[in-house]
Amino acid sequence: MKPRVGVVQFPGSNCEQDCVRAFRSLGAEVEMIWHAEEHLPEVDLVVLPGGFAHGDYLRTGALARFSPIMAAVEAHAAAGGLLLGICNGFQILCEAGLLPGALRKNAGLKFICAWTELRVDNVDTPYTGRATPGQVLKIPINHFEGNWYADDATKDRMVANGQIVLRYVDNPNGSLVDAAGISNGSGNVLGLMPHPERACEALLGSEDGKVILGSVLDLIGRSPRRPASELKAVSGLESAT
Amino acid sequence: MRFTAEVKVMLKEGISDPQGQTIERALPALGYEGVGEVRVGKRIELKLDAGDIDEARAKVEDMCNRLLANPVIESFQVEVS
Repeated sequence: MKPRVGVVQFPGSNCEQDCVRAFRSLGAEVEMIWHAEEHLPEVDLVVLPGGFAHGDYLRTGALARFSPIMAAVEAHAAAGGLLLGICNGFQILCEAGLLPGALRKNAGLKFICAWTELRVDNVDTPYTGRATPGQVLKIPINHFEGNWYADDATKDRMVANGQIVLRYVDNPNGSLVDAAGISNGSGNVLGLMPHPERACEALLGSEDGKVILGSVLDLIGRSPRRPASELKAVSGLESAT
Repeated sequence: MRFTAEVKVMLKEGISDPQGQTIERALPALGYEGVGEVRVGKRIELKLDAGDIDEARAKVEDMCNRLLANPVIESFQVEVS
């Protein structure tokens, strides 16, 4: 059974088709989910793509976190579901409190569109299983607010827990502890500023994005989803309770 | 009753403010010496209905905590009249 991926489209998203194409090329079934929906379809992985959701007015991600779909996305994550936020999606996850910290304006006050090198600092996550410890990935960034911040206690706890999953080799934006991608405590939620979906074809300059996107599909493949209908039939709980 | 609120949102102390730093570096070039601690924030104005001024203030503070400011990096001040 193919892994199923749902890509949420907000008004102002602009990387959703890149995500659809990349995940399809890696063998997933992908569907787009409009932000005004209140329920998620049956998917193994939810992706919040890059862009400028709701114009990024007020702060990046500040309005998107109140889109109707976000309650279902939060419930999905709370139940241990896989949730990936890329760039603006990462900003939304921080605003929603699904990931710690916040993303500030880049230290140099420049919008940066460039290739970056990322070191994989934790290979024991759903998103890095294909990587070797310390492997360096070439993946582009494209953002103005990627300067991740958390207070000292939070940052120290995350470093100790291995939640700073990806670090910039040459920090472009002032991000604390060179963080490029971070996870929540249980690892099912990952947010990263670089765009792995833009680095999945040799023609585009790098295929290293497949390490991240492919890892999570591998994991789904190893632990196949069981449809809710099947679970009910197997357990018989529905009639018993 | 109709109230007017002014909300000031600033980056918390200790959080680096690259906009403030850039302005601070630019001012000496215009001949202003001895300028420091430049910080850049936001001012949000709004009007709202409430039973009394305390209720109005409480409503606006709630708005700040939920939307107008990000408590991870920003602090806010509310004035209601």
